Amino acid sequence: MLEIKNLHVTAEGKEILKGIDLKINKGEVHSIMGPNGSGKSTLANVLAGREDYEVTEGEVIYEGQNLLDLAPEERAREGIFLAFQYPVEIPGVSNTYFLRAALNAIRKHRGQPEVDAIQFLKLVREKAKLLKVDDSLLNRPVNEGFSGGEKKRNEIFHLAVLEPKLALLDETDSGLDIDALKIVAEGVNSLRAADRSFIVVTHYQRLLNYIVPDFVHVLYQGRIVKSGGKDLALDLEKLGYSWLEEEAPVPSR
Amino acid sequence: MTQAVMDKNEAAVARFLDLAASSRPDLPSWFLELRQESAKSFGRLGFPSRKDEAWRQTKIDPILTTEFSLAPAATDKAALEALSESMFVKLGGPRLVFVNGHLDEELSDVERCPEGVRFGTLSRALREGWPVVQEHLGRYASFREEPFTALNLTLADEGAVVHISAGTVAEEPIEIVFLNVSAGDGPATVHPRVLVVAEANSQARIVESHLGSDGCTYFSNPVTEIVGRDSAVVSYYKLEQESGEGLHTGRIEVNQERNSNIRTSVITLGGGLVRNDTGTTLAGEGGHAELEGLFLVGEKHHVDNFTRIEHTRPLCDSRELYKGILMDHGRGVFRGRIVVAKGAQKTDSKQTNNNLLLSDNALINTKPQLEIYADDVKCTHGATIGQLNADSVFYLRSRGISRDAARSILIYAFASEVVNRIKVDALREALDRYLFEWLPMGKAVKEAF
Repeated sequence: MLEIKNLHVTAEGKEILKGIDLKINKGEVHSIMGPNGSGKSTLANVLAGREDYEVTEGEVIYEGQNLLDLAPEERAREGIFLAFQYPVEIPGVSNTYFLRAALNAIRKHRGQPEVDAIQFLKLVREKAKLLKVDDSLLNRPVNEGFSGGEKKRNEIFHLAVLEPKLALLDETDSGLDIDALKIVAEGVNSLRAADRSFIVVTHYQRLLNYIVPDFVHVLYQGRIVKSGGKDLALDLEKLGYSWLEEEAPVPSR
Repeated sequence: MTQAVMDKNEAAVARFLDLAASSRPDLPSWFLELRQESAKSFGRLGFPSRKDEAWRQTKIDPILTTEFSLAPAATDKAALEALSESMFVKLGGPRLVFVNGHLDEELSDVERCPEGVRFGTLSRALREGWPVVQEHLGRYASFREEPFTALNLTLADEGAVVHISAGTVAEEPIEIVFLNVSAGDGPATVHPRVLVVAEANSQARIVESHLGSDGCTYFSNPVTEIVGRDSAVVSYYKLEQESGEGLHTGRIEVNQERNSNIRTSVITLGGGLVRNDTGTTLAGEGGHAELEGLFLVGEKHHVDNFTRIEHTRPLCDSRELYKGILMDHGRGVFRGRIVVAKGAQKTDSKQTNNNLLLSDNALINTKPQLEIYADDVKCTHGATIGQLNADSVFYLRSRGISRDAARSILIYAFASEVVNRIKVDALREALDRYLFEWLPMGKAVKEAF
């Protein structure tokens, strides 16, 4: 589904990703862990197409096409979804209107008929129930005045409605209390499917108690320094990240 | 150089005074005396120059250098028909329609005027001697200091009077429409006058619109006075869609008595040169004033919103929100003057001006101006100038929405804060439609909404 080959990325002249290789098959859940500043969020944002970054080397093949050639909206229509670490508030645009615009843009691209307001309402109610999203959040402007937990839940709610093939969760757990974390994780688990893959970016292992990954990768100073199964996350929880400083190769300049 | 500017100004003043001398309308003597006094004022004041603090950012050269005549009624029937079919006309209530300053009886409809509301042309009100006119007209928009206000009264002979009797709630919106259409005789000038008096405990919603037909050069200089008596509630909307060659210097002056609640909302969609002077005096305790504005400025157009709120009595609050969207080589000015007099304790005033610059060549000049002479007051002001937020655009795009549609959604959302507060459904819906037609991806966005 997704193959990242020797990906180098700079932002504001500073190299952040220094040669990432990663292969993700259909239906797999991969977790990217690592200390702050290791490049985890950069990876998620580059895959979604944020323009603040420059890819200097390498390639990303998604479903047989060169992902880096696509605009962010084209990636979304091809099935990539980024759940933001800091969801943006958009005053004046209601959450459901926005989602319907997004869903119809995606459906149009896939040659599917657009959904009308009534069909959409039904769909939205269903998904909102699944994620315990309060009805009042649906009609409020996107993320405006939402609590931190509500914003994160709203991201997963968007994910549930848009049904992507590859979902990137960028520190969706950060700032969530345990109850909110469980709701978000349950939502994600209910969306796991044989044809849907996830990349879960997280700093802490706790989320992975609830969203159990197939693979765990440790990102450090722009490189994947260790990969393993779900137990690797538990080791990291015990050891922290300090061992990386001794074990990881010194980055060449 | 200074001499040349003076001459241009003086010559223009003389031309306008000649226009006044040449017109001999059949009006009551008290009104003609007022006109003469105004003419004297205007002659003394002259047109403002950029040395005047209030006009530093706005050049009025086209007004000074164009030879205007008093407009005859329209001869361009096709243009008139197109304008009268505008989405902003015929909002469902009683209406008076003026073409080049003259009443158009066919387009007007005052049959359905609600009970308790007297609504007619200024000339009729003067002819029939409505007491409310002599009592109020010219009392609030002073012609002794403001040249354009003086010029208005020097030449005013038509317009509208709305008198809402005590306790009346006017359900239907009242509509006053000024259309400017080429009359074939070169550039014309009109000086409409509107008076609204809302007696105690009355309520009304009024829309004053100014529309100009494409390519038509004219100078419109309307003045509106609004009186809100004890506990009156009035929403007053002024919509401007002047032509790209149209020049508009307009004033709204509101006088609020005890516990009255008056909102003015000035929406500028077009006009080569537009200057809006919007003032409110909170003259009784417990008054609530709302001043709102939205201005879209494109091409090489210039829109200047000069607002003034005077708190003269205690316990009043004012809320001001003006939003500008500037593109192409558009120029915008916002001035927000708030004066809190010595006795106006417990004043609560909030002013906000947000501007969106959509092109590198667009320009906005914004300035709050607070003068506070009382010591127990709450006054806040804030202004922002920015482009569309890149994070917001990316957020929308990452959900599958195209770049242009994302931009359009965000521009629409920016404008909607003012549009959504409009309490005349037909006007709000028309503005919504207009925005979608105007936005780069409006159609696609509208389908989504």
